[in-house]
Amino acid sequence: MKRTVPLFITAAGGFILVVAYFIPHTQDWGEISLIWFDIIASFAMILGGGNLLKIHLSKVSDRGKGWAFSGVTLAAFILMLIIGLSKMGVHPNDNYPGFAWSGNYRETGAPFWWMYEHALKPLTATMFSMLAFYIASAAFRAFRAKNFEAILLLGTAFIILLGRTAAGVVLTGWMPERLSGLRLENLTIFIMTTFNTAGNRAIMIGIALGIASMSLKVLLAVDRSYLGSGD
Amino acid sequence: MRPMSLLKHPFLLALTMGLLITGCSHAPEEEVALTEPTQPPTPANLKATDHPLDKGEKIDLTWDLTEADVELIDVFEIHKAITQVGDVMIEPSFELLEAVPAKDAFRTGGKRGGKFIVDALNRHLTARELKKLDETLAGSDTPFQVGKMVYDSDGEIWDDHPTSPISYVFKIIAVGRVPQPDGEGEADENAADLLLAATQRIEPLRAESAVTDPITPGIQLFDGRLGSLCVIVLIISLSVIYFIIAARSGKPLKIRKIAGLEAVDEAVGRATEMGRSCLFIPGILDMNDIQTIAAMTVLARVSKTAAEYDAKVEVPNCRSLVMTTARETVQAAFLAAGRPDAYNENLIYYVTDDQFGYVAYLQGMMVRDKPAACFYMGAFFAESLILAETGNSIGAIQVAGTAMPAQLPFFVAACDYTLIGEEFFAASAYLSGEPDQLGSLKGQDVGKVIVAIGLLVGAAVATVATITASPAAWDALNFILDKILA
Repeated sequence: MKRTVPLFITAAGGFILVVAYFIPHTQDWGEISLIWFDIIASFAMILGGGNLLKIHLSKVSDRGKGWAFSGVTLAAFILMLIIGLSKMGVHPNDNYPGFAWSGNYRETGAPFWWMYEHALKPLTATMFSMLAFYIASAAFRAFRAKNFEAILLLGTAFIILLGRTAAGVVLTGWMPERLSGLRLENLTIFIMTTFNTAGNRAIMIGIALGIASMSLKVLLAVDRSYLGSGD
Repeated sequence: MRPMSLLKHPFLLALTMGLLITGCSHAPEEEVALTEPTQPPTPANLKATDHPLDKGEKIDLTWDLTEADVELIDVFEIHKAITQVGDVMIEPSFELLEAVPAKDAFRTGGKRGGKFIVDALNRHLTARELKKLDETLAGSDTPFQVGKMVYDSDGEIWDDHPTSPISYVFKIIAVGRVPQPDGEGEADENAADLLLAATQRIEPLRAESAVTDPITPGIQLFDGRLGSLCVIVLIISLSVIYFIIAARSGKPLKIRKIAGLEAVDEAVGRATEMGRSCLFIPGILDMNDIQTIAAMTVLARVSKTAAEYDAKVEVPNCRSLVMTTARETVQAAFLAAGRPDAYNENLIYYVTDDQFGYVAYLQGMMVRDKPAACFYMGAFFAESLILAETGNSIGAIQVAGTAMPAQLPFFVAACDYTLIGEEFFAASAYLSGEPDQLGSLKGQDVGKVIVAIGLLVGAAVATVATITASPAAWDALNFILDKILA
């Protein structure tokens, strides 16, 4: 029973979405099943929040490795939760001035907005900016000319990198119009639209077929491994 | 004497093709220059009918049109107006939808005449849009009703899905031809611009059709645009089912080795030897993404191997629902391995829904705990390289699998093994070795054959159409683009 019911729900939900895609009259069914997913996911959010509290509270109480980070996580979580739920500093909606909580919790200038704009956004931007350095270190390893294929990769990367900078345009800008195809910026476009697109599409076709096959296995309950084991 | 095969002589083949192509191409027809604007004939017998097999957003317009008419008409302007929304009657106010060249609107064959398909029609209007259309409603400060929906005086509605059908009327205006500048292509650009400007000052003559009867686009049982996709899906699905049944009946199936999946046992074994944990990251999307489901199938195998080796598997999650699913998966895997007592649900936990908050946690954790094996399976975005490079810097053996093409190069550069696209989805079949699942992979190959044939045919038709400019080839190409690929 514990296995049959989830399998039935999965199959029913999946087939409804497939049917809703092809039959316009059933489009509402698909939308309803997606709303149900959102409802379930919302309940799971409570589980997630509870789990976060449990894990980090136990780390703090055990004084385990990195417990201070858990303390910061808990403090930030509770602070944002209180500010957001209480709509602290939010002005009431113009249509309902008598109701203090009728305003938008993301109102500009409110504490929740301030925390989001001046704490969370800079932090996420910092994490994202690290990507540039990781790209450099990964490129350094990937572009070592160890064999013929690696040399091809290195040469292509060199053209693309240079062709997308102002230096690339300046370097080959002297070429006459009839040889303009050999200018770095044009070579870059050629490589990206011809070779890169072709390779990308080949991968995409494989992925599309893989998704179709995988979906069918899940809908027909042939693949039950996501529920634990195949039994 | 043996006949010479052109296929064995590429040069001769190319030469023959070139001659054939040159022979097929024809000179462009000469057009008669006009001296004054032409009077277009009035479009007669304009009819609006519901477009078959659509979602209720198209109307077909047809009218009488002959080849002689086409010579006199430059474009047809298609105009539409709303006459009724639910019970509310509205004074038609026509708006121009599109100006269609007369040659494009002319339909040859059995049903000769003019034809245009009006697309993207609204089936519903919001209350605010309705108020803009209707003067009575616009001036009203009392609530109003359309069908089953009641709106307040501002046109606000709580329900986002108004159910009132809309009726449309259409008319077309034939716009006559005007004199074109002589010597097109010969004069320099400035001269051509001057001539064009002079031409634009000549007002074309127009002829307006009668207005059609009101019509409401209806929803059909099946969306005809998706017909070819439906057929392809059916073929692939049936072939997958056929090969699953064939595999069940004992037909031997062979599958090539996938290094990334072979490495799962190696990675877990290494973590066990080093006395460190395995880190499994199931992407950053929720359970409604197929990649996350595929990640769970790999997690089942990783967990089972870890249970057998007595290794620790840690699964930090970005989504609560994925956490609960991962817990079920790992618990069942430990049970299947005969080690239910070793299962620790605290190792599968929720971190945050925020993308970079999740990455920050994982990075910190990887640097502090130094897991010996890292598995990145699922949907990844900008965080892929940050995670893989961090894993690389701590010397972990890394296996990644994703169907996000933009992230694959990053994983290939930084990980030891990468499951590329379809390999990732084949993981469950490969790892389980069950005939049912292996059969599905074989069925997938039928899809590849269809795609390969489609590629060859499409490329050939497009090449022929471009080189020869043959109308038949262009028709075939348009059929592929509009009917099959659309």
